[in-house]
Amino acid sequence: MTCHSPTVTQPRDEKAVKRVALIGMPNTGKSTFFSRITGVAAYVGNWPGVTVDLLQANVKINGETVEFVDLPGIYDLNGYSEDEKVVRTFLEKYAIDLVIVVLNAAQIDRQIRLALQVKALGLPAVVMLNMSDEAKHYGVEINSKELSRHLEMPVFLISAKYGKGYMKAYETICHQLEKTELPVIVNDIRQVLAQRGKISVDEIEIILKDAVEMPSQLAQTLTAKLDSVLLHPVFGLPLFFLGMFAVFWIVWNVGLPSQDIMDSLTGWLEETVISPVLSVFPGVVQDFFINGIWAGVATVASFVPLIVIFFIVMAILEDSGYLSRAAYLMDALMARLGLDGRSFVLHMMGFGCNVPALMGTRVMRSRALRLLTMLIIPFGLCSARLQVFVFIIAAVFPNGNGALVLFSLYLLSFLAAFLTAFLFQGAFKNEDPFVLELPPYRLPTLKQVALRGWGEVREFLVRASGFITVGCIAVWVITSLPPGATGLDTIGGQIGQFLSPVMRPIGIDPYLTLALIFGFIAKEVVLGSLAVIYGLQSASVGAHIAETITFAQGYSFCIFCLLYTPCLTTIATILNEAKSWKFTAFSLVFSLVLAWVCSFIFYQSALLLGFQ
Amino acid sequence: MGLSELKAGQVGFVESIQPHHSNDGLVHRLEAMGILPDRAIQVLRVAWFGGPLHVRIGTTTEVAIRRHEAQQIRVKVC
Repeated sequence: MTCHSPTVTQPRDEKAVKRVALIGMPNTGKSTFFSRITGVAAYVGNWPGVTVDLLQANVKINGETVEFVDLPGIYDLNGYSEDEKVVRTFLEKYAIDLVIVVLNAAQIDRQIRLALQVKALGLPAVVMLNMSDEAKHYGVEINSKELSRHLEMPVFLISAKYGKGYMKAYETICHQLEKTELPVIVNDIRQVLAQRGKISVDEIEIILKDAVEMPSQLAQTLTAKLDSVLLHPVFGLPLFFLGMFAVFWIVWNVGLPSQDIMDSLTGWLEETVISPVLSVFPGVVQDFFINGIWAGVATVASFVPLIVIFFIVMAILEDSGYLSRAAYLMDALMARLGLDGRSFVLHMMGFGCNVPALMGTRVMRSRALRLLTMLIIPFGLCSARLQVFVFIIAAVFPNGNGALVLFSLYLLSFLAAFLTAFLFQGAFKNEDPFVLELPPYRLPTLKQVALRGWGEVREFLVRASGFITVGCIAVWVITSLPPGATGLDTIGGQIGQFLSPVMRPIGIDPYLTLALIFGFIAKEVVLGSLAVIYGLQSASVGAHIAETITFAQGYSFCIFCLLYTPCLTTIATILNEAKSWKFTAFSLVFSLVLAWVCSFIFYQSALLLGFQ
Repeated sequence: MGLSELKAGQVGFVESIQPHHSNDGLVHRLEAMGILPDRAIQVLRVAWFGGPLHVRIGTTTEVAIRRHEAQQIRVKVC
């Protein structure tokens, strides 16, 4: 009888560094562990053949550079989801020196399967039993020595969130890396697992009996108490919507004042630094820098505090475990729309930014469900559009009903998404199973929340600042050329006038049409462009809009902004994720038509009712 | 009986998972969630209007699962 090792060692290129891969189930704090090892230096790497973004970072260990890769959370190395395929592809394509298996210590009774699969593959591995504090709280007792003996790999009880047990684990990782000579690669994971990796229930039971003591009965936990209120059949949903409204309240009352501070800062810089420096240049150049480039920079800057606040709230919702409860609460409704609770959660995430939400649809296994979810996410009122709405609402609804008007736009955003799902659920038929983990409620740490806020801002700055500045420059070109032309005589003004037979019935004048055209690039551009289009200082645009636009026109403009294409980045992401031009074009055209129809209905009704 | 026939608060023991058509994916996922023969499974609550079940597997894993899928989990009540 022969017993071939399923793994093959791979000669190391001279330049190649050692590679460590993190594997773990979703909700195990794998990413927290990753950021504890790698700090903030992580970036999205390029792995040919791998279809999702993987976070990686280089860390100096024992005087040499080691590459850490955070693989997507998976339940099963033998599974069918895209993430599970990605992890398999990665391990089959790229040689690794060490696997760190991150498991939730409290759920060792089921998560041990993943460690056993890694063992069956013969990969060099270290097991981190994370959230050991939570396990202790539950009364789960683990004998890590005994477990280590069964798994034939080092086992550590840690808490990545609070850094407990982490140093000893880190030392072992360093030690293991020192020992490894050659990286290994697995040839055909599914085949290997089919041959030797069929993990029997008896095998798991034997190990658990030796090394783990699970509580026979769960004490009344805080999670159970909270769930009895928050998931209550009657109070659950109202509490959920109350929570949503609280989020808007915070954005409105904390986010917006912070934006004014940023605006006055950029305004002060423009007055005291930029303008004096530029005064040596001819008028056209001054104009270009101030109304083109600087307008873009100022627009970007004004976003930063709002995004930080928004994502702090988002991180709290997500890390606390409430977001998956929202999926549970909404599932009865979502299932009828051909979606599931996860679609709703992603749609909600899209309220921060549609782009990551679209990428997040990868958690869904059914392509039909993914496409349908991708069709509705762009109707989620993202922070870029929020910026536009806040500005327009403040200008045309001066009587302090702003929060209520904004809330109505959020409702419309949900309505448009639901209507779309309802209309197209037959075309995208979902057969995906709905089995969603409800992790215990957790108190997010300040660090987690801050990291998330910072990460989102950095992402925004990287993704959007170039876009926005180019957009603002493009607006300047179109609205300032031909030379000497102003307002509607410019190229852009003529486009606006050309489209006026279509746009007049929805109350949108050629100036605003022009702003919408640039909104195709990004909604962040819209406000910057208004200043350039009207040829005004950004501070006086609000007053000008208040004078020239009725509230019906302003609201109609908001509806249109809400429903048509959010930005070029969204289109690019849809194309990237759906990998279909046809679907992308469909999403684009459908949203434009819906935007026009909704604005038309609102504006004409407002006129009929005698509003001006 | 199917899991979805249990009442809120009731505990059952898993007998088997009935494969649905050729949907191996669900079986794999449920096994990874700890739904294995003889394991205890408790229905904590059931959402209204035909919504999902909130179930606890073993002592420390809680999941939301739709009635349709829950029905494929065969359990016996002691």
